[in-house]
Amino acid sequence: MTTLFTSDHEWLHIEGDVATIGVTDYAQSQLGDVVFVELPKVGRSLKKAEAAAVVESVKAASDVYAPISGEVLEVNEALAAEPALVNSDAGGKAWFFKLKIADKSELGGLMDEAAYKAHTA
Amino acid sequence: MLAREESSLKRTPLHALHVARGGKMVPFAGYEMPVQYPAGVLKEHLHTRSAAGLFDVSHMGQLALRPKSGQVADAALALERLVPQDIVAVAPGRQRYAQFTNVEGGILDDLMVANFGDHLFLVVNAACKAEDEAHLRAHLSEACIIDSLADRALIALQGPKAESALAKFCADVTTMRFMDTGPRKVAGFDCFVSRSGYTGEDGFEISVPAEHAETLVTALLENADVLPIGLGARDSLRLEAGLCLYGHDIDTTTTPVEGALEWSVQKSRRTGGARAGGFPGAEKILSHFEKGVSRRRVGLRPEGRAPVREGAVLFADAASSEPIGKVTSGGFGPSLNAPVAMGYLPTSLAANGTQIFAEVRGQRLPLQVAPMPFVPNTYKR
Repeated sequence: MTTLFTSDHEWLHIEGDVATIGVTDYAQSQLGDVVFVELPKVGRSLKKAEAAAVVESVKAASDVYAPISGEVLEVNEALAAEPALVNSDAGGKAWFFKLKIADKSELGGLMDEAAYKAHTA
Repeated sequence: MLAREESSLKRTPLHALHVARGGKMVPFAGYEMPVQYPAGVLKEHLHTRSAAGLFDVSHMGQLALRPKSGQVADAALALERLVPQDIVAVAPGRQRYAQFTNVEGGILDDLMVANFGDHLFLVVNAACKAEDEAHLRAHLSEACIIDSLADRALIALQGPKAESALAKFCADVTTMRFMDTGPRKVAGFDCFVSRSGYTGEDGFEISVPAEHAETLVTALLENADVLPIGLGARDSLRLEAGLCLYGHDIDTTTTPVEGALEWSVQKSRRTGGARAGGFPGAEKILSHFEKGVSRRRVGLRPEGRAPVREGAVLFADAASSEPIGKVTSGGFGPSLNAPVAMGYLPTSLAANGTQIFAEVRGQRLPLQVAPMPFVPNTYKR
């Protein structure tokens, strides 16, 4: 499994042609207490950079963009019931959705962990 | 570029304290203000409701209206030319909520007016304070000397533990009731203390000379019951309390009646009262009292979990294309653990329990018109 990152503070776990996507711990620390998460519909075809999900804190709503193109295979229903998971376990239990990767060449534009660490330093 | 923008922002006398305590500083009404501290908006909000929160509101404007005649009633009568409230009836040591109105009956700003015995003390919104001061000078200079008290900080101490926290430095506060106000020594400093606030909680607002603000706040924060609270929680607290934010829930296009602030206009200033009218926009505002209004500000409770925020357009049903109103404040209410909002609706749809819809990200979400405050207030009356 490979983990990649975007400059918009999303992470992607790549397993075969499936990417599991969430927001980084840095992102949750910037968002503050998450009180609501809106996820895409399963089956929706997302284009890279399209608004895919919404994370809301007490204060504001933030879009989560599709880091790559693909079809939504599964969403994390646990986030609807417990949005605070984003704060407590951003990199783990708080995954947002899984995509069937449409174009593997799009992965080339993403960062590895070292590059992402440098990006947020 | 960024550095220049930052340097153009003003700082309150508590700026260094905010930074030292990890406050996340953001631009607000021309000031660099803490939006939150490391505890975060949710915890800060809940702490204020369960213990006590300390807010820096030094960006707000503080003004003294000193009657040239020496009679405070003359300052009150003069101010009544600019507001639809009964100021003459505000007894020494008491304060009242008021609005500056314009000739169209709209609201230029909302404010607190206190009677300090020989003069009036006003607290106005930060974003409006220059205009308010100019407005007062233009209209009241014959009757009053208008002093801008720019050398004073203003803090709010709010929540069920506010009284015990403040009583350590000013024993007298325990005898004050909601909206009592006046000069008090607090920790030996010459303060003005009022029992009031913007959270729906019991609490106090304390005007303190700028040079002593940090000392006083540091002393108050030594109490474990008291946490510093940022603007984020200040907004969610006032929203749960159903309190208007000027420039959002009320503005120059809304009259006090449309803004559901009828309670703040005393009978003496309404038609048939001893000093009816005589304020800017009186004709329109009094006609709104007599004939009613076509739209008014209401509380809104989204039926789902999604916050419905400021600017969301409202519709009568899930399908209609005709907007009927707009959300003017909206977010998540941590004490309710649910989203809350307020906005304007046609009077015919403004009854509590009416279901309406808001458009959020292309979807129609159901909301119900609901009574305010959303969280009961705990004022010590």
